[in-house]
Amino acid sequence: MSFQLAVFYAFALILVFAALRVITARNPVHASLFLVLAFVTAAGLWMLLEAEFLAITLVLVYVGAVMVLFLFVVMMLDINIDRIREGYWEYLVPALVVAGTMLAEMTLLLVGRSLRLEGMPAPAAKAETYSNTKELGRLIYTQYVYAFEIASVILLVAIVAAIALTMRRRKDSKYQDPARQVVVRRADRVRIVAMKSEKPAAPAAPASEQAAP
Amino acid sequence: MNRIREFFGTFLLFELLKGMAITGRHLFHRKITVQFPDEKTPQSPRFRGLHALRRYPNGEERCIACKLCEAVCPALAITIESEARADGTRRTTRYDIDLTKCIFCGFCEESCPVDSIVETRIFEYHGERRGDLVYTKEMLLAIGDRYEEQIAKDRADDAAYR
Amino acid sequence: MEFFSNLFGPTWPLVWTLAKIVAIVLPIMGCVAYLTLAERKVIGFMQVRLGPNRVTFFGIRWLGGLAQPIADALKLLTKEIIIPSGANKVLFLMAPVLSLMPALAAWAVIPFDPELVLANVDAGLLYVMAITSMGVYGVIIAGWASNSKYAFLGCLRSAAQIVSYEIAMGFALVGVLMMSHSLNLVEIVKQQQGGLGALSWNFIPLFPMFIVYLISGVAETNRAPFDVAEGESEIVAGFHVEYSGMAFAVFFLAEYANMILVSTLTAVMFLGGWLSPVPFLPDGFPWLVGKVGFVLFLFLWFRATFPRYRYDQIMRLGWKVFIPVTLVWLMVIGGWMQTPYWPWK
Repeated sequence: MSFQLAVFYAFALILVFAALRVITARNPVHASLFLVLAFVTAAGLWMLLEAEFLAITLVLVYVGAVMVLFLFVVMMLDINIDRIREGYWEYLVPALVVAGTMLAEMTLLLVGRSLRLEGMPAPAAKAETYSNTKELGRLIYTQYVYAFEIASVILLVAIVAAIALTMRRRKDSKYQDPARQVVVRRADRVRIVAMKSEKPAAPAAPASEQAAP
Repeated sequence: MNRIREFFGTFLLFELLKGMAITGRHLFHRKITVQFPDEKTPQSPRFRGLHALRRYPNGEERCIACKLCEAVCPALAITIESEARADGTRRTTRYDIDLTKCIFCGFCEESCPVDSIVETRIFEYHGERRGDLVYTKEMLLAIGDRYEEQIAKDRADDAAYR
Repeated sequence: MEFFSNLFGPTWPLVWTLAKIVAIVLPIMGCVAYLTLAERKVIGFMQVRLGPNRVTFFGIRWLGGLAQPIADALKLLTKEIIIPSGANKVLFLMAPVLSLMPALAAWAVIPFDPELVLANVDAGLLYVMAITSMGVYGVIIAGWASNSKYAFLGCLRSAAQIVSYEIAMGFALVGVLMMSHSLNLVEIVKQQQGGLGALSWNFIPLFPMFIVYLISGVAETNRAPFDVAEGESEIVAGFHVEYSGMAFAVFFLAEYANMILVSTLTAVMFLGGWLSPVPFLPDGFPWLVGKVGFVLFLFLWFRATFPRYRYDQIMRLGWKVFIPVTLVWLMVIGGWMQTPYWPWK
């Protein structure tokens, strides 16, 4: 148990440090890389809770795909740090309100009377054959099937909406359509014609030269 | 119908498999590599390699310092200085070829009225320091002396086509 | 064994695991080194050349070429690692490590034999997918930290490409999951054991997915014909232009280690891992080696045959061909499994 505790504290320390650096790092690329570190450490912590499916999915989805696209965008931004600093005092008040609310909620959850931590004991150790993934799958497709399906439909709508909002076809832009390019056959482009070889025409008579000066 | 055939043609990766069949066949072909230091490709008598200055059979150097080669050289690689010798003939005192400039076009050889400057079949030479590839008159004459037999034979072989 | 466990006392499990890790990683590194030679030889032969045949051990003639990887490694080790002046030094040096790490970490769950696997975990397949999806960070960070246009373009290309093909790859693996009802790689292989030898392997019912997985694997490892991330004709060498010496060599190792990994995964998930293709021969590790070797040969064969894809064609292939194909085949397989005409169990 002590080994697990040591791992927990090590991971927790790294997680807190990484999370702090996410908001304090000047360079946005560094900040997003620290966010990646935070995700990986959080996955480690979930692994300690025997939630291996969630932990691995966190790495697979957030680290493997979402953060890659994040970095993709952040790297291409041309960020001027002075410009970002400009609105600092304006945003301070709403930011403090949001942070204060979050702090209050967490305090309520952790030390409040009705929701104290003792109310949720550690889960009992599972049998060797217990499969987290299988249980999750069963729950999602039986008990929570409507919630799950509705969530996926909402995500689908979001995808369609995002594409519909951003896709504008400019009339004057010239682009290649690879789908049409790959179906082109030789017969569409080239025609080979059998021809007899021709003799060059005889040079024009000198008389015509004089006629048309 | 044609479209359907094309669709299946692309989907079954038919063309890709055809390409792979070609490379797969070549895997077992006889290899054509010439393993250079051990084997060499045949050379033509007109091969244009390292330069040489020739002599007449009596030991007199051929070059008469007419400077035609210096004038014709498109890369300006040749430098010649000349003086009258004690017997009254005009001879070079300096004949340098900068092989780092030379493009081996063979114009010097063509322009030479006395067949003095020639290009030999040697192409495996090198320099280890800067300046090693600037060949002087002595070096060129030494090459000529050493390979005279081969040079003379190549000229004789090629004479019928000139 | 008893003696050693007494010697190390309570740290013994740690030492023993480390020993097992070394026992897996060292042979892989050897394979990587000789895969580079095999690649040059195979491509050379397909181009009617001989390939490297000069460097030998102790001047023995018929060993010609065999010492080439060692000579290359020595050369790269003794070269200077140049750090560009505008580069982010820490990230610049971290990137090669980040690209090699996932390629090696994924081997923890690969089964070589029914018993021979470092960690026989239940979520093995998920673990492999998660770890391999982290490989792209090495490329991205290298491209950004180099502070060079070419490297940056290469890293952007590679990031978009890898994320796109991961989706098709994931769908192909869903098919494997439906066949095996398990995420455990050992179980996945065991499920492919039918009375028919090679006919009961996954690649027959999942043939389109097998092809999609194979081609996505080529794209994931940034190999030709999908190597636009390196694209030496337009962006010099892509993300690793600024790297030299051993830092470059680590990228090289990572690419080839990834190739071996993807081939092994293909062999385990579609070609029946250690199972024998004919019922009368015993199963065993040599079969796995043979299958991995075959898939690796396909990788080299592709490289020798196909010209590089244009970038928009790569994206079209990933999104508009592979993903629909896998989705349709998932439906087909799902429906087929419910009917009584399902020949595989």
